[in-house]
Order: sequence, then C-alpha cells, then structure tokens
Amino acid sequence: MSQSLIDLVNISKSFDGELVLDDLNLSVKENEFVTLLGPSGCGKTTTLRIIGGFEKADTGQVIFDGQDISHLPPNKRQLNTVFQKYALFPHMNIAENIAFGLKIKNKSKSYIQDKIKYALKLVNLDGYENRTVDSLSGGQQQRIAIARAIVNEPRLLLLDEPLGALDLKLRQDMQYELIRMKKELGITFIYVTHDQEEALTMSDTIVVMNQGYIQQMGTPEQIYNEPENAFVADFIGDSNILGGIMIRDELVEILGAKFPCVDKGFGNNKPVDVVIRPEDVELVEPSQGTLVGTCTHLIFKGVHYEMEVTTPDGFEWLVHSTKLCPVGQKTGIHVDPFNIQIMNKPASEDEEALGVNE
Amino acid sequence: MSRKMLAGPYIIWVVGFTVIPLLLIVYYGLTTASGAFTLNNVTAIAQPEHAKALGLALLLSLISTVVCLLLAFPLAMILRNRGVGRGSFVVFLFILPMWMNFLLRTLAWQTLLEKNGVINGILGFLHLPKIAIINTPAAIVLGMVYNFLPFMVLPLYNVLCKIDDNTINAARDLGANFFQTLIRVWIPLSVPGIISGITMVFVPALTTFVISNLLGGSKILLIGNVIEQEFTRSSNWNLGSGLSLVLMVFILISMMLVEKYDKNGEGTAF
Amino acid sequence: MKTTKEKILHIVENGYLGVILVFLYAPILTMMALSFNSSKSRAQWGGFTLEWYAQMFDSASITSALYNTLYIALMSALIATVIGTAAAIGMNSMKRTPRAVLTSLGNIPMLNAEIVTGISLMLGFIAFGITLGRTTILLGHITFNLPYVVLSVMPKLKQTNKSTYEAAMDLGASPVYAFFKVVFPDILPGVLSGFLLAFTMSLDDFIITHFTKGSGVNTLSTLIYSEVRRGIKPSMYALSTIIFVTVLALLIVANFAPGKKKSEAAA
Repeated sequence: MSQSLIDLVNISKSFDGELVLDDLNLSVKENEFVTLLGPSGCGKTTTLRIIGGFEKADTGQVIFDGQDISHLPPNKRQLNTVFQKYALFPHMNIAENIAFGLKIKNKSKSYIQDKIKYALKLVNLDGYENRTVDSLSGGQQQRIAIARAIVNEPRLLLLDEPLGALDLKLRQDMQYELIRMKKELGITFIYVTHDQEEALTMSDTIVVMNQGYIQQMGTPEQIYNEPENAFVADFIGDSNILGGIMIRDELVEILGAKFPCVDKGFGNNKPVDVVIRPEDVELVEPSQGTLVGTCTHLIFKGVHYEMEVTTPDGFEWLVHSTKLCPVGQKTGIHVDPFNIQIMNKPASEDEEALGVNE
Repeated sequence: MSRKMLAGPYIIWVVGFTVIPLLLIVYYGLTTASGAFTLNNVTAIAQPEHAKALGLALLLSLISTVVCLLLAFPLAMILRNRGVGRGSFVVFLFILPMWMNFLLRTLAWQTLLEKNGVINGILGFLHLPKIAIINTPAAIVLGMVYNFLPFMVLPLYNVLCKIDDNTINAARDLGANFFQTLIRVWIPLSVPGIISGITMVFVPALTTFVISNLLGGSKILLIGNVIEQEFTRSSNWNLGSGLSLVLMVFILISMMLVEKYDKNGEGTAF
Repeated sequence: MKTTKEKILHIVENGYLGVILVFLYAPILTMMALSFNSSKSRAQWGGFTLEWYAQMFDSASITSALYNTLYIALMSALIATVIGTAAAIGMNSMKRTPRAVLTSLGNIPMLNAEIVTGISLMLGFIAFGITLGRTTILLGHITFNLPYVVLSVMPKLKQTNKSTYEAAMDLGASPVYAFFKVVFPDILPGVLSGFLLAFTMSLDDFIITHFTKGSGVNTLSTLIYSEVRRGIKPSMYALSTIIFVTVLALLIVANFAPGKKKSEAAA
C-alpha cells in the first residue's frame, strides 16, 4: 500500500448557514484515480474547490503529502485544476494559455516551447499553438485545459465535471483519452462527476456523496455490486429497492415470500432494505418462481428486454432479461441468493439525512 | 404599409437635427463671415491663447482621466468580487451621481471649496490652516474627477462582471499571485471597459466649460470656455466652429478607439 | 475560517468603498443641509428653516423656470418616446446595413461632446430661421433623448418572440391589433424606462439648453448658472435639493420598478 497523497480531515463547510460538507474525511493515495460521484448539491464540487484552495473549509484540515495546506492560497499548492467550462484565457492563443503557468515560474523559453509541443501531442492537438480559443470546439478546448494544467507537472490533478459540456460520443472518447493520459503521466486524479457511468468506467475508487456525507467509498465493482445503502443502490444503475424482514441469518422475507440469501448478522425478524439489480431477476415458469407476477410493460433495448413485472401486492419489478415475457403473461420470479443485497434500514432521523429517501 | 416606414420620422429627425447641424459647423468652420472659403478658423488653434486653452484642457482632462481610472478600477473590482450583482442597490449608489445634474454637483464643490466655503469654515473652526485651491487648475481636476468618476466605474464594472470566476481561479491555480493575475488576466480582459471608460471621462472633461467656469474662476480658460464665449458673447460663429472642428478630431479619435477595442459594446453604459 | 490577512483586506476594501461614497455624496448632502440652514454663512449652522424654500417659490423667475423645465422634460420625453419607439420597431425590420448606418447616426448626440451638439443645434435653428426660445430647447431635448429611447426599446424588441405575433395573425388578428395585443405588452417595460430616462435626462440638461435657449427663457439649470455667476443665494440650494430629490426618485423608479430585469438595471 502506497502512502496517501492527500488527506481531508474533519472538513465541514456551510454556505449561508446551510451545511454543505459535514465532517468529511477522505484519503487519496498516490497515483489513484478517485471519482467523487453524487447528485448536484451533494458537496462534491465544494470538496474539490477546498482541495484546490478556492474555498476555505470552516473546520478541518487539508493535508497534502504530509503537510497542512489548509491556509495556502491556490497559487502555492502543488496541484492543478481542470475547470468545468475549461476557463481558458480568452485573450491568449493556445500556446500562451499552455505557457501561462510556466511563465509564472520563470522557466526558460526553450523549456516552455518543448513543454507546449509535448502537451499538445499528448492531447492530440499538434500544431494548434497559434489558434485562438474561440476557434476551438468544446472538446478541443477541454484538451487544451488539460494540457495547460499538466505542463506544470502537478502531483495531483483536480477535474471538475470536465466532460459535462460535451456530447455523448465525444464524452465517451474523452473518457478513454483521460485514462490513457493518466497512465502516461502517472499523476493522481480526483475527478468530480454526477454521471455514474463515467465514474464506473474510469475510476480506481469511487466516492459516492450525498448531502455533504460520504455514502460509500470503494472500487467500481464494490459500489455496484454491494451498495451499502438504498441511496447508493438507487444512484448507481437501476435497481429494485424493497422493504423486507430478515427472518434469520440467510433468509429474508420480501413481499410475503421467503428468499434465501447470503447475508448474516442482522438479527432475527429485523426490518431491512433489499436491493436486487434488474439483471439479477430471473424469469422462470410460474410454478418455479418464489413470487409470481404479470408482465405489465415491455421495451426492446437491443442487448436485452426491459420489462416491468407487477406482483399481486402491486410492486413493479424492473427486469432486464434476454428472455421475453409478453405483456399480460404470468411469470415466476427467482433471485439467486448471492444477488440479494441486504442493507440496514435507516433507524434515526440522522441516518435519514444520509439520503435514503432521495 | 411596410414596418420600416415607422422609422421615417426618426430618419427625418436624425437628418434634420443631427446631421445637417453638424455639417453646418463644418460649413461655418471653413468659411469667413462673408461666406468665402478659409482655413483661418481652424488654424486659429495655433494662436497662443487658443493653443494654451487647448493644451491646458488636454492636460487637465488627461490627469482627470488617469485619476478616475486609478480610483475606479479597484472600486469596480471590489464591487465585482463582492458579487453584489448588477442592478443591486450598492452598485446603483456608485453609478447614481452620473445621472445627477452636473451643474449642481459642481456648484456643490464650489460651496465646499470657496474661500469662505464649508471646508474652510470647518478648518477655521478647528483652528487649522485654510486651503486655497478654488480658482486653481487643481480645483478643476477635482471637479472633473468628481463629475465623471461614475462614467468610469460603470463600464469597468460591466466588463469585470463578464469575467468568469473560473478564469481568475485558473490563473491562481497555475501559480499566479494577485499581482500577476491582475497584470496578465484582469487588466487585459477589461480593455474594452477601460477604453470605453476613458472616452466617457475624457470627452466631457476635455470639452467642459462649466467646471472651469465655476471652479477655475474667470482667469483659467479651457478650450470649451473659448468656444462657448465665441458663440454666446463674441458671436464669432466662424471662429467658434473652426475651433470646434479641432475639438471634434479628438472626439473622433476617442470614438474610433472605442470602435476598435469594444466591438461588442461590452463596456458601454447601456 | 478567515485568516487575519483576509479580515484586514475586507476592512481596507470597505474603507475604500466608504471613502468613495463620502466623496460622491458629501457635497450633495452638504448642499441639502445648507438649504435648511437659517444662517447665510456656509460655515455655520444657524438653525433649521424653510425660509429659502418659501423664498424660492415666491420668486417669479424661479417658478417660470420650474414650469419651463417640467414642460420641456415632459413634452420632450413624450415625443421622443413616440418617435423613438416607432423608430425601434421600424429599424428592427430593416436590413443590417441601413440599420447600422441609422443606429450610428442616431447615436451621435449621445456620444458627441455636448458642447458640439449644443452649438450645432444653435447654428441649425438659426440657419432654418427658427427663433431661439422654448420651442428650440424642446427640439434640442428631443434630439438628445431619442437615442436613449431607441436603446431602451431595442433590446426588448429583440427579446420578443416573433412567432407569437405571427400566431396572433394566424388566429385572425389584424397586424395592428396583433401588435398592440401581443408585441406592445412585451416591449412596454422598455418603452417606460426609455420615457423615464428621457425625462430625467431632459430635467438634468444644462449644456444643450444653454445654447438653444433664447434670451429671457430659462430652465432651472440655466437659471442656476446665471445666478451662480452673480453669487450663490441659499434659495439656489433649496432649488438644487428639490431637483436632486426628484431625479433620485425617478432613477429609483426607473431602475427598480417591478418587471425590469435586474441585469439591465445597472445603467
């Protein structure tokens, strides 16, 4: 395990009396690609701005490589930011934009020239030195913003929804580009997005945030397969979230039917939340199903069918399956034990604030 | 009926009350009282008393413009960074005097500065030495700065408000300290507002006759005073027009500068 | 958590704003205070009085100047608003080049030095054989008010949705009916602020009036100017106070009237 590059310790921040970050702790290792993921207003951008030095935390510390940088202004921090709307300098050409940080540091002309060339090559825009900012497309401006940041050889690059303004196709291309650059440069990335797909594709670690709290932190697989609460389950991908009762270890009752599962230690006859991913719902013959429902909705999605199966109690199950069940037909529902994810119900109001009812 | 016809009265008005009268200045400026062509009215600017009036007007209005710029830039930056928002009451307070009768505002300064005026009254009450800047060029500069400062604040404020916070943050992020950010980002991006503000202060300051009259006494003549007197007292319209033509050269240069640097009208007052 | 450096900076900034505000307003406030000062000396407070206001309203020259000022401000603003609004609508359907030419020519009185506009109008009136008097002041004021009205109405016209006008006609409205029912309500705020702006500008004008007035006709500004050169009387302070308060009220209405978008209010 390598040492952590940046640590946020007990960070709190409020704007106009409204708490945006509540006692946040986060540690990022050297050379990691960490994504802060959450809906707008969850505090992810504020967290990034506190690391960048554009916002001061009310309490807590920012530790960079073992040193407290909480009070350093942005220009004295060894990290760089790629801003949401690129924030290129409109009065400078591309080369001048990229050279900005290097000129401030009084680097030699030849060094700066080499760096510009190298950076433009890295972002696949060779020969763009003398172009003006407004002659570039959004995607190109974004690449220049990245080039402008990385020529300074920061140890940490902060990216604030850098792909948010691009269209879907370009966004996907840029995701791969970013992963490539990250590998080539070996810099630590902290990436902010509200797009769960982007987060799953690129990150080593995802930090799911809501209402100023970290909801869950883990690898993309962990976040997707083992969401710790209903908010994470709901935010990452589609899911069926149901109330259930943990009868005993490895047995849960959902909608009156008993499902074997693999979770233990919740106690006996305890109310719990149950998450089942739509692709984990198996459609079987009615006689073999744990529950029986009727298909009420059907869309062909290419890879699979998306169906809604309504059980007699009125719950609509979202099902992704390659097996077709026509509308109006009865079908059995089966879920393998290891695909049932059990979570504690929020017990108090404070936990309620964790955003379970989003 | 075409909708364009609705502009008809306006076209007639512009031609009748703006274009033709301006052409008349050109006509009078280039003719003698009997109607013969001459350049004497224009070259009269080289006569010592006229040259001195123009030179002094240029000097005082340049000083005033620079002082206004130096006062207004930090002011506009503070207002912008406070994020008080356009149209807020605080910004309104700084722009408001622009619309208040400048004759009255100059009169107010006369009241304050006069030998037996308010300031000297207060100084005397405190047993402090009296000031004697009324009827000096310094008083004229003070009056110009006072009258035209809001004209500098407004375009600067408008242009600064258009600068994205993240553009500034990016400069800081790339290592620039406050002064480097000021020189490399703030100022270059406010050029349209700076130029527009300079014009809005320089032109009225250069051409004023009221401020010099009320605060400069009768002995200090600016080019505005000379022209005004030719029209109202001496009734030498040809000479007055000729000198106005010279003045208009400076106005035209200012307008062309604005045209060049402020293409999108970013820095204008409206 | 703010560092001490930031706190100090904040105090310095506030101090700067304060100093400039004092610089801008202290002279005006002093004059207002003097208008209530019973002592004729400017340096002494002799007690509160309304004497100067009474004296002001007793003076025939002041009341006639007040009447002229209000008459010219109201008439010039009204006429400029009608011509200017019509012009804006007409210009909006013009082609690019003629519109640009007309805009540039029309803006001249706004950009030119006032002294030049003043003497050019004076020369024009005399060349056309119009005797200088109240009418020539009115004509002069309409001239410099027009571009402000056009500039106020134009952005509103650009914002109006063309298809609502076409939809009204599609539903059977005549062009005139469609205009007054659909377009006019949209541009009304611009028309009103143009009117108020023109009224304020006219009320405040001195230089154009100075050159276009005949002898014997005065507005408040020109009256003050001629009086001041003979020495300031306290009744002038009373008059100034009234003008300041009126203009202030008009500006607040024009800038903060409901329905006016905040972004446009700065001017």
